Amino acid sequence: MHGSFSILPLRAEGLTYNIAGRALVDDISFEIARGTRTIIMGPNGAGKSLTLRLCHGLLKPTLGSVTWNGAAYTEGRKRHAMVFQRPVMLRRSALANLTHALSLTRSSPRDALSRANEALARFGLVELARRPARILSGGEQQRLAMARAWALDPEVLFLDEPTSALDPTATRAVEDMIKAFHADGMTILMTTHDLGQAQRLADEVLFLHRGRILEQTPAKEFFERPRSDAARAFINGELLW
Amino acid sequence: MHEDNAFTAAVSLILSGDAVLGEIVRLSLAVSLTALLVSAIIGLPLGAALALARFPGRSFLVVAFNALMGLPPVVAGLMVYLMLSRSGPLGWIGILFTPSAMIVAQSLLITPIIVSLTRQVVEDLWGEYEEQLRSLGSTRLQAIPTLLWDGRFSLITTILAGFGRASAEVGAILIIGGNIAGYTRTMTTAIALETSKGDLALALGLGIILLTITLLLNAAAYATGRIAQKVAG
Repeated sequence: MHGSFSILPLRAEGLTYNIAGRALVDDISFEIARGTRTIIMGPNGAGKSLTLRLCHGLLKPTLGSVTWNGAAYTEGRKRHAMVFQRPVMLRRSALANLTHALSLTRSSPRDALSRANEALARFGLVELARRPARILSGGEQQRLAMARAWALDPEVLFLDEPTSALDPTATRAVEDMIKAFHADGMTILMTTHDLGQAQRLADEVLFLHRGRILEQTPAKEFFERPRSDAARAFINGELLW
Repeated sequence: MHEDNAFTAAVSLILSGDAVLGEIVRLSLAVSLTALLVSAIIGLPLGAALALARFPGRSFLVVAFNALMGLPPVVAGLMVYLMLSRSGPLGWIGILFTPSAMIVAQSLLITPIIVSLTRQVVEDLWGEYEEQLRSLGSTRLQAIPTLLWDGRFSLITTILAGFGRASAEVGAILIIGGNIAGYTRTMTTAIALETSKGDLALALGLGIILLTITLLLNAAAYATGRIAQKVAG
């Protein structure tokens, strides 16, 4: 969908993020290949969300670097988007939330409108178009946030616990959307607490513990034969700290 | 004159549709609403910019605007007087003792209120929206119109605070306008004058009108805000 030029692979090298002298992300390195669905797992405070934000450019690493296809990260039209745990919707209609996001990419108003309508139609959200986004249900808002991200046509989508505040039906709908994005050629990097969800969606698992990467393993192998003791304990639902 | 009689006289004065009274009310509203418009045009974007911009001296500006919310109207009046008087730096414009000068003085009083309250509203909203907007590629400059629009319901209250200050003050417009009958006499300056002259009926009548207008405006703004918020979430 993006022709031959790709911003991938994404490479994190020696990525470190300190707050008050404490390394919350501690010297991690990994590579994300084109077309994979990578799930970042780990207990609370492992640094999962911070890692996503560092990759997305919302945070500047204290040390280390994030490079896209060998080039240092530069601002400009981003080719990666992010969906947050709690979607932030503007106080305007669902449709206007999409056109607002598209207008920030310097789309003309006409292009923005047709792309926004396309995104709503693609994910069965047309009947919500005129509704104020803020009074939609949590599940509808998250699906709208997903459609907004899709409309931006990113090559990589970051998702930070996108379903942890949703009921099972809405969770299923969001998972279906993630699968559809992936089928469209999008590369997925997401965090989740939900082991079942990780098993349903992951091609590979990046397991973080206390700010460090313990393993980056193909999903099937991770769930059957995790390499690290901590990952084994985590999968078995044992307490980790 | 007893207050009872003054009150009765005030009501009959209002009901009579007195032309002088009408002119005073008209000028008061024209001056305060124009000053409010000027201040909103300056203060809303300035307040939002102050909320989002990061530059040395920002804290000083924030404190300065907060302090200016308490600027005594007579001091604002004095400052504008010094600027606009014949020997002042802007004396050549020749607008001292005109409604235009009164609008300038009131704008000086209201703008800090709008700037400070807008800054607070926008700062709070930015706290909620920052990650999402930055993720979408929005610069802080691009976020200004987005946040002003999304803060519109809170900003109605900000505008009302500005109007309240303008419509209630007497010190600035008394110094700048001179309380000239039929030309720069407003409700508040007339109330001050008529009270000191002992014409309590006119003063009280004007007071009732002023309170009523303020009440109606606030009720209308409140209702509009509530209805719009219900519709827009």
